[in-house]
This record gives sequence, C-alpha cells and structure tokens, in this order.
Amino acid sequence: MSETLKQEYQRDTLKRVKLPNFAGIFSIKKLMNLTIPFIFPLVLLGLWQLASDKGWIAEQILPAPAVVYQSFLDLIDSGVLLEHLIGSLTRVGIAFVIASILGVGLGIFLGISRRAEAYIAPLFEVYAQTPVIAWIPIGLLLFGISEKLAVALITIAAIVPIIMNTYKGVRYISKNYLEIGNVYAFTRWQTIFLIVIPAALPSIFNGLRYGLTQAWLTLVAAELVGIDRGIGAMIVEARNLFQLDIVLVAIITLGIVGLVLDKLFVLVERRFLHWQRRGL
Amino acid sequence: MTVNKQNYFVYLPWRGIVFPVILILIWQLIYLAKIANPVFLPSVFAVIEQGHRLIDNGQLWEGLKASLYRDLVGLSIAIFLGVSIGIALGVSRLAGKVFLPTFNTIKQVSPFALIPLLSFWFGLHEPAKIAFIVVSSVFPIMINTYEGVRGIAFDYVEVGRVYKMTTFQLLRKIILPAATPSIFRGLHLGVFFSWLGTVGAEYFFTAGAGLGNIIVDGRNSSRMDLVLFGVFVIGITGYLLNIGLSYAEKRLLHWQIQKQ
Repeated sequence: MSETLKQEYQRDTLKRVKLPNFAGIFSIKKLMNLTIPFIFPLVLLGLWQLASDKGWIAEQILPAPAVVYQSFLDLIDSGVLLEHLIGSLTRVGIAFVIASILGVGLGIFLGISRRAEAYIAPLFEVYAQTPVIAWIPIGLLLFGISEKLAVALITIAAIVPIIMNTYKGVRYISKNYLEIGNVYAFTRWQTIFLIVIPAALPSIFNGLRYGLTQAWLTLVAAELVGIDRGIGAMIVEARNLFQLDIVLVAIITLGIVGLVLDKLFVLVERRFLHWQRRGL
Repeated sequence: MTVNKQNYFVYLPWRGIVFPVILILIWQLIYLAKIANPVFLPSVFAVIEQGHRLIDNGQLWEGLKASLYRDLVGLSIAIFLGVSIGIALGVSRLAGKVFLPTFNTIKQVSPFALIPLLSFWFGLHEPAKIAFIVVSSVFPIMINTYEGVRGIAFDYVEVGRVYKMTTFQLLRKIILPAATPSIFRGLHLGVFFSWLGTVGAEYFFTAGAGLGNIIVDGRNSSRMDLVLFGVFVIGITGYLLNIGLSYAEKRLLHWQIQKQ
C-alpha cells in the first residue's frame, strides 16, 4: 500500500469514528427547545400566585397555587388520586378496546362495500353529529347509574372518529394497489388482508388516536352522571363541598395523563408503521 | 374519478333513507311482539305523538331557537378566538414554540371538568353556558388554523415578497386563502363540538329554554318516548348545522374544488 493511500485510509477511518457530541447535548439551542414549552405555564403560575398574594381573586373563586399543590400532595399520599385515576383509566381502556374493534370492523365494511356505504353512511353521518350527551338519558333509563353506562357513553363517542378514518382510509385506497391484487389473482379476502388493510393502516391509526383523545374527553362527562370512582367523581364530590383546589388537581391530572396517553399512542403507532416511514 | 363520486352525500336520496326506515320497522315490530319492556322501548307512534305535542305547544321551536342562538354566539366567539390565535401561532415561530405545548395539554382536559370552575366564575345561567360552549369548541379551530398556516408552501409566501406586500396584505391575500381548507376542517370540528357544548351546557347547568331540556324533562319523568324524540331532534339539528357549513365551504372554496 502506498503512503498516500495509507494516509487517505487513516483519514477516512478517523472521519468515521464519531465522537460523542457533548457540545450538542448542552447546546444553547437544545436547552432552549427544552425550556421554552415551560415558559408560558410558569408565567401563568406566577400571575396566579401574584393574584392570590395581592388578593385580586377571592380564595373561593381561585385557590392559591400553594393550596392546590398541598392538596395534590395530600391526594397522592392518601392514594385517593391513584384510586380515582385507576378507575378512570380502566373505564377508558375497556371502552377504547370495544370502540376500536367495532369501529375498525365497521369502517372497513363501509369502505369496502359500495352497497353498505350507500345504505349505512348517511345514517352514520347523522349519528356522528349527535352529541354524546344526548345519549345520557337513554343510557340512564336503560342501565341506571352504573359502570355499564359510563363505558357505553365513552364507546359511543370514541367510535365515531375510528369508523370515520378507517372508512375514509379504505375507501380512497390507490387503485394501483388493487390492480396489483388483480394481477396476482388474489381472492377477496386476500385483497382485504394483504392490500386494503395495510394500505389503510396509517389512516386507521389516525382514527384510533383521535378515538383515544375522544374517549379521554368523554370520560369526565360519563362520570359526572354519578359514578363513585374516577376523576369525574372526584370533581363532582369536590364541587359539592366547594373544594375548588381539588377540582384544579383533577383538571391538572386530566391534562397530564391525557398528554401521556397521546404520546404513548404515538410511540405504539411508530412501532407499527416503521416500515411505512422507511419506505418513503 | 370525479369529485362528485367522492362525496357520499350524493347517495343520500333513497338508499340512505331505506336503512333507517328498516330499523324503525324492526323497532315497531319488537314493540308489537312485546319482546322488550315498553318502558325502555316505546312505540314509534308514542315518539311521534310526543313530537306532535311539543310542536303544538310551541316548546320545540322555543327550545330550538334558544339552543341555536346559544350555539351560534358561543361558536362565533370560538371562531374569532381560534382563528386569530391560530394564525398568530402559525405566523410567529416563537409564539408557536412558547404556547403550543401548553395548548396541547389543555386540549386534553375535558371541558366538562371545567364546569365547577365556570359555574363559580360565570354563575349558572347564560354567560356560563356560552363560556362552556367556547371552551368546548375553541381548540380544534385553533389547532387546525395553526396547522393550515404552518403548512403553507414557502413559494406562496415568496411570491408575496416579490410583490413587496405588507404584512397585512400577505396575511389577507396569501396566508388566509392558503390556510382556508385547513381552517374549514377546524370549523367542522368546531361546529360539532359547539353543538356538543350546547347540549352539555343545557344538561349540566341550570334549566332554561333549550333542546337539552327536552331530554332532561324526559329523564326526570322517565319518559323514554320524550327522550327519544329529543335525541332525534338534537341529532338532526347537529347534522343540518354541519351540512350548512359544508354548503358555505363549497361556495367559498369553489376555486379549490375546480382545481382538483
């Protein structure tokens, strides 16, 4: 090996060895990106503290941050918050699973069969525009105040975006994909499982994600009806006792847990759809 | 494939009506066969009778008027706030970074959780109900407006710069038209959620005129026929509100549809 080639080789390998970029981790830009989301909440918190210090807002209307923080700690220590949270999460979990199975099934059916679409889609459109609250009295008369009622209400609301997105995803599949199926002489079921569903998967996941958000948003309405365990129940109880600090703890918990659920869903979605991202 | 075929409203006329009619027939047959408890499943004619009664004594129109008025006031405030904040967040990269994560967290909180706070702040009557409708519908409008503004092709903005447009001109002539399809996506969600907020407010705040009160009355007197009539009217109204918006969208965005 000639001297120049050797040098070139060494230079190349040197280039390939990647040193950990410590400067990158601590770079100002990254630090800013991490801190910027917290600026606005902190400003709000500061204003809130200031308002309660100066007595601009009565304690009965908005309790001081310290009071809310203290009841937050108390509720965690006593396990009450966790108890309610588990109740709510179980409810949302069951309803979401039911809504996913029914919604994806019905969505695929509507998307594949032109006839089913013609008969059912208009009725579904009206159903989709009916607020879930309207179903509460029917559910109350049928089930009474019960776990069944809450799960049914959450399912009713969560299923709408799941059906809608699955149906649209399947309905507007690229014709080229279907033609490939024809070339391979696929049977109807092969076409559905090997072409239609994989092609519609991004849209289905999109629907499931909206469905999960919808389930989480409907949860409170379903629990306000009079369930005795759950974040919504916590709110009702606190409201009756004029404990706005506990209401605020519940609201903050709902926001954080909802955000975590959504992020978790995105992680799962990435695992399922990684082939798709790489392809493009 | 023509644009028309993609819109399944085209199918509405007869096949879309056949299916509900079959369901109603099955319902009436179950009632006649006395399979289900008539308290839970009243006769179809009992529901029609309730509707007849409410139309005759004017309660239906009064409720419809009160609910629609409430809904439109709340929705207008939500549209004004949502579109203007959405544009601001989309135009300014910094504002987007600062505020969006917080809004995305608040978005996860059900408006129903805010009922105790709203009732302490705004009372139990009209202002609280309208505030509830606003918080129910403002976020989808805001987020979709933001995404529409964010997603504008750089070329469009560059054209504006070539013409030396002022910021206001850029906003009016380029950013707003380019973001309109996405804004309308937000408005469709806004119409849905404001209607949900309207019925929710009527259900959970104090009684007053409104369609929500028909179902509350039905619940209190355990009259399934009255409840079912209320649900029917609420569903149809929500559906028609959305159709109305689609119609407005088609008129406003006709240039866009032609392009496809």
